[in-house]
Amino acid sequence: MSSQYDLEIQTALEDPTSRPHLVMGGATFASIDDDVAGVSEGFLKKTSLAWYAMFGASISVLAMLGAVVVYLISTGVGIWGNQSPVFWGWPIVNFVFWVGIAHAGTLISAILFLLKQDWRTSINRFAEAMTIFAVCCAGLFPAIHVGRIWVVYWLFPIPNQMEMWPNFRSPLLWDVFAVSTYATVSLLFWYMGLIPDLATFRDRATSKIRQGAYAFFSLGWTGSSRHWHRYEKAYLILAGLATPLVLSVHTVVSFDFAVSQLPGWHTTIFPPYFVAGAIFSGFAMVLTLMIPVRAIFGLQHIVTLRHLEVVSKVILATGSMVGYAYAMEFFVAWYSGNPYEQFAFTNRAFGPYAWAYWIMVSCNVISPQLFWFKKLRQSVPALFVISIFVNIGMWFERFVITVTSLSRDFLPGSWAYFQPTPFDALTLIGSFGLFFTLFLLFIRFLPIIAISEIKGILHKQESHH
Amino acid sequence: MEQQEAKALGLLAEYETPQALMAAAEKVRDGGYKRWDTHTPFPVHGIDDAMGIQPTILPWIVLGAGATGTLTALLLQWYTNGVDYPFLISGKPLFSWVPAFPVTFELTVLFAGITTLLGMLALNRLPRLHNPLFDVKRFARATQDRFFLALDATDPLFEDSSARALLEGSGATAVEDVPDVPTNENIPSWMWQVAIVLVFATFVPLGLIAASYNSTSTTPPFHIVGDMDWQESYRYGEEVPFFDNGQAMRGALPGTVAVGELEEDDAFYRGMDDMGNWLAVAPVEVSKSVLERGRERYNIYCLPCHGESGNGKGIVHERALALDTSGWLIPRDLTMDSIVTQPDGQIYDTITNGFNYDAETGTGNMAPYAAQIRPEDRWAIVLYVRALQRAANASIEDVPADKRSAL
Ligand code: HEC
Repeated sequence: MSSQYDLEIQTALEDPTSRPHLVMGGATFASIDDDVAGVSEGFLKKTSLAWYAMFGASISVLAMLGAVVVYLISTGVGIWGNQSPVFWGWPIVNFVFWVGIAHAGTLISAILFLLKQDWRTSINRFAEAMTIFAVCCAGLFPAIHVGRIWVVYWLFPIPNQMEMWPNFRSPLLWDVFAVSTYATVSLLFWYMGLIPDLATFRDRATSKIRQGAYAFFSLGWTGSSRHWHRYEKAYLILAGLATPLVLSVHTVVSFDFAVSQLPGWHTTIFPPYFVAGAIFSGFAMVLTLMIPVRAIFGLQHIVTLRHLEVVSKVILATGSMVGYAYAMEFFVAWYSGNPYEQFAFTNRAFGPYAWAYWIMVSCNVISPQLFWFKKLRQSVPALFVISIFVNIGMWFERFVITVTSLSRDFLPGSWAYFQPTPFDALTLIGSFGLFFTLFLLFIRFLPIIAISEIKGILHKQESHH
Repeated sequence: MEQQEAKALGLLAEYETPQALMAAAEKVRDGGYKRWDTHTPFPVHGIDDAMGIQPTILPWIVLGAGATGTLTALLLQWYTNGVDYPFLISGKPLFSWVPAFPVTFELTVLFAGITTLLGMLALNRLPRLHNPLFDVKRFARATQDRFFLALDATDPLFEDSSARALLEGSGATAVEDVPDVPTNENIPSWMWQVAIVLVFATFVPLGLIAASYNSTSTTPPFHIVGDMDWQESYRYGEEVPFFDNGQAMRGALPGTVAVGELEEDDAFYRGMDDMGNWLAVAPVEVSKSVLERGRERYNIYCLPCHGESGNGKGIVHERALALDTSGWLIPRDLTMDSIVTQPDGQIYDTITNGFNYDAETGTGNMAPYAAQIRPEDRWAIVLYVRALQRAANASIEDVPADKRSAL
């Protein structure tokens, strides 16, 4: 079956006058249902073993994370390597890493929706889910990093026994608002998109439990045209709201750094550079996850090579922006004539963390440049490997920014080399356990592709014939 | 058969393609029907016109919610940081627009976003888990691959045979009744009872908290999390095994003087002149306020032993006599001649270093008060003791002539 699609893809890609179809393989409305819902329904049959193995592994890692968090809360943040002068160690690096990944989903659903990029339909659901799970992982880190987690409500403007309010001029507080708004709106957006598809699942369900559960969450959706009318309006509004929101989140995250006066952080290039980096890392993560999933569940005709190629082009574009930002930081440091700024950057590239800096540059700047070659853009293994490089590179970017500036600030007497502890590594690994557990549950129980939207695209394709 | 028809809630027609549905919708619209709807697995474009659907007011609702979000955020930031708990940072204004922008933006989007979803659902009268259409088996395909048109029997124009003819002639692959299946929609009464009990139960903890908040207690407050209240650290005066002198406090190194604690001025700090003789007169200015201060300090530190009038019969003394007189050293009557004739400097010294007191063993007749009372306050007490002495040894001549009759 897959060879038939491959052939179709090949001919479509080779003919420059016609763009390949977004949905292939002679799909019909019913066959789309069968394919997408089949992933969840056919679980006990074909793919279950691989899923159970992966789920078992992820949930064990998640349990390990739970144990580490309990140990952390009962003992204190001293179990991590956060030490003077680097009090913002891995927890902040991991936070920014995950928030960055969380950008692709809403970007694909909102911005590409407004730009009428139909190809988004095959991957938006998937990317939105990824967004929400990545935000969960991101939110974990500041929450456990505060140390005394039982007073974490002090972060919010809630009347408390101290009769104090949070400081609204602190970027850290803006961050609380930005990330929680982003999490909420992404969840709403995702859920709203799910409603019609959950109804499809409900109507296909054969067991009572399955039917009841999907009926509950699909809220009694009947596909009424009067409902669709308001639904589409609401979707458009949410896309319009989410578009500036997605750009604001990483801007505010970058303020955490840029508003403080530390050399290497205090720069106005941070907001756009962070946003570009976030999109870059988010799209890389989409590839990393989508490539195995479409292969395992046989969705190559819905998520076609053309989709992967478009994603790789976005990675190439944003990767180049990130590379430009790295270069620009050096230029600005030199041009500013500020000795501290100049030191911060020489130290980044040639100081004790040079190894991390050059890992970052090779992964983020050099590896995506390979996507200039069409052969590599269309080679699934190459896409997969490069996407992993980008994930690694983007983690190192946050590490380099956070740690190099803090470890060598204005006062040489306080300089120190940052040493992570095993618990730093375990929390990072554990957050992947959380991510993949949620992700596998999503694959198991929810429509991983926006069924109703794909049907709309199919209808459009057919009417053009 | 007839009975069934009487019970039908409406008619449902099935179509195979969106195009067929659209054509049928136009017919039904032109037929003048009002209560009807189409059901499709995906939004079919153009059907709004075919059905004559009016644009939704949702955008206006969202606009209102967004504006509410903006206003809430601005008021919140202005009130909390500018009025209720002014945060002064680097001398910047307590409220200004630029730093208020991020939170204002986020709350605007948050309010608008939540309202978009909830507003869409409310306008669509969702959630509605029970819908008569779900009783028609073939309707399950409305979310899959078939297109439906439902005509409600409550429509003023609805008349079974003509409606059925219209639908059958519109290219429908099937036309079916929507049966009125009686369902018990009432919630069982035990559920209500449980719900009421649960609602009241939620007030119990709140009530307990409020009650304990508004009452006093002789036991320390209950701590769920100890925070830093109980630390494994040594307190002042505690004994430790690992220092030579066994004391937790390290104290100043011998021969060192902390900044501002040199205390060079012998007259002021030790009550002596350069020759080492007691000062006859206190080296401080005498004023009403200093005497008031002296009275206040005296009443705190000296009164318990020496008594309010200085006669040596304070409550500690009285209590000691009441319990057991053996071994109790009677505090001195401060108004007796031997103390009246003492120079000011000597009384000052008694307060500072105690009387017949041995610092090594910590025993003696009266303990020093240097740790508790600052030098200027010690002098104020000395002056007040002088006043007490004057009062105790006064004669009728000391009272102004016009007030004598009052005695
Ligand atoms: C704990 C009880 C106690 C307190 C409090 C106390 N004293 Fe005394 N005071 C005594 C005793 C006991 C004596 C000595 C009696 C004796 O030796 O016969 C004494 C003696 C004195 C003497 C006489 C010293 C001498 O040279 O004869 C003076 C003056 C004096 N106290 C002043 C004060 C002042 C001023 C205060 C307040 C700062 C004060 N005392 C607080 C118990 C106390």
